[in-house]
Amino acid sequence: MAVAARTAELPRSVEEIRADFPILSREFGGRRVAYLDSAATAQKPEAVIEAISSYYRRSNANVHRSMHELAAEAEHLYEGGRAKVASLVGAPPREIVFVRNATEAINLVRYTWAREHVGAGDVVLISEMEHHSNVVPWQLLCQEQGAELQYLRVDDQGRLDLAELDERLAGGRVRLVAVAHVSNVLGTINPVGEISERAHAAGAMVLLDGSQAVPQMPVDVKVTGADFYAFTGHKMIGPTGIGVLWARRELLEEMPPFLGGGSMIKAVEDDHSTWATVPAKFEAGTPAIAEGVGLGAAADYLAALGMDAVRAHEVEVTAYALDRISALDGVTVHGPPDAAERGSLVSFAVEGIHPHDLAELCNREAVCIRAGHHCAQPLMRRLGVPATARASFSVYNTTAEVDRLIGALENAKRIFGV
Amino acid sequence: MDQLYREFILDHYKTPRNFGELEQRDAEFQDRNPLCGDEMGVHIKLAGDRIEDLRFHGTGCAISQATASIISDELKGKTVAEVAGLDRNFVTEEIGIELSPTRLKCGLLSLKVVQGALLGTDEWPSGTPEQDPDASEVARLRNEI
Repeated sequence: MAVAARTAELPRSVEEIRADFPILSREFGGRRVAYLDSAATAQKPEAVIEAISSYYRRSNANVHRSMHELAAEAEHLYEGGRAKVASLVGAPPREIVFVRNATEAINLVRYTWAREHVGAGDVVLISEMEHHSNVVPWQLLCQEQGAELQYLRVDDQGRLDLAELDERLAGGRVRLVAVAHVSNVLGTINPVGEISERAHAAGAMVLLDGSQAVPQMPVDVKVTGADFYAFTGHKMIGPTGIGVLWARRELLEEMPPFLGGGSMIKAVEDDHSTWATVPAKFEAGTPAIAEGVGLGAAADYLAALGMDAVRAHEVEVTAYALDRISALDGVTVHGPPDAAERGSLVSFAVEGIHPHDLAELCNREAVCIRAGHHCAQPLMRRLGVPATARASFSVYNTTAEVDRLIGALENAKRIFGV
Repeated sequence: MDQLYREFILDHYKTPRNFGELEQRDAEFQDRNPLCGDEMGVHIKLAGDRIEDLRFHGTGCAISQATASIISDELKGKTVAEVAGLDRNFVTEEIGIELSPTRLKCGLLSLKVVQGALLGTDEWPSGTPEQDPDASEVARLRNEI
């Protein structure tokens, strides 16, 4: 165990890590910003900003189609980015499809694989805790195909019930199970390995939305058992405008193309075309080259810290936040009670104060939290609340920032007299 | 003393005036703020073309609830044409404070549903960033930045 404990330690102090993120030195009204909204989007380290800036200053050229030195350099950097991201999630680079974000990754599956494999009377099974990005594409697919969208219930501690999964699968109509790896509202870490195993035994495919998982814990896409794994760059301290769809190579090769255009073709005849090999088959048009380079730098940065250590640090901050927030009078915390079985966020409600007002009053003290439905309206209905307040943590957050959140919440309670 | 969350606002939030339903009503409308999911509905009883009585209902933050309560008495007696002419200034004058861009829609949701009920529109009141991007608070801030 001593070895495990040592590997889970960050190689540098949190103060040193914080110094890598220029935005964390900003002040509002004389107060240093406490950024507790990384589940919405994470801040970027100098290494990522510099990789993008340097790409444009030194190496900018179009990839895949020019013979000159700059183009070779650009391609080397862009494909290097793909390789770094692939390495972070345990996949071969060829299985990493760059898209705009997780939403586009899920829509890619909806427009390609799902259209061929989900028909009238079939079922797409999602859960009540899904982000809209993993709800709306399946609503649209089911409307188009005459299929049925079903929801796995979330219990009062924010967990999915595997017995209910078995019941739904036993109906024999489920073609796809699409769930979050980690919930963006409840923090729940779903038992994705078991979900995949059970779904596969029933002949269903599995798509995981890993947007919240990849930034905060070790993820090996093969270990999840998923067929499709979607995640986004900007939540993993990378740039906006780039995300990833992972699928096994054979599966990607069987799937029809998504968007048609340049780069995704082998040959274009007058009336038809043949497709480039994967992943190029799914990357029509000039890609987000600088963003690919930047995402590679983000993956490198995280890998250098070690995802075990990132996770251990975030569990510590989350456990502290859970304790302190729960200790306030009139507060309800949503999701699993134990920090060890949840991601690095805490959603909560304060009786008598709407989440927006909480967020506004936190903002007066330069504490950034999020309030709203978090793009999860089905879950808000399940919880019976219009909105929640959410504090989320990344590797650069500290328990001292949690203390400032608590101070702001206490002040809000004083103002509202609750 | 907090400017936004002063006693006047909190009092209207905690005990909102003219909230509930009207059994007999001539117009109604319901909407939500898509950014945050806050919901607001209104029932209106007319006498000729004047608002005789109205009731709001819904869930939301202190600003959206208090604003509805504060403007509710002012709206009684206004004609449909007068309601059509109301904009963000009406609301901010009634509550006595300018609203930041992030809270403007909270403050204008109640007026939006009243205009929706009486005019059949689904537009944000004049002065909301979405409704009038050039004149908006967002545009002003953009220039400052």
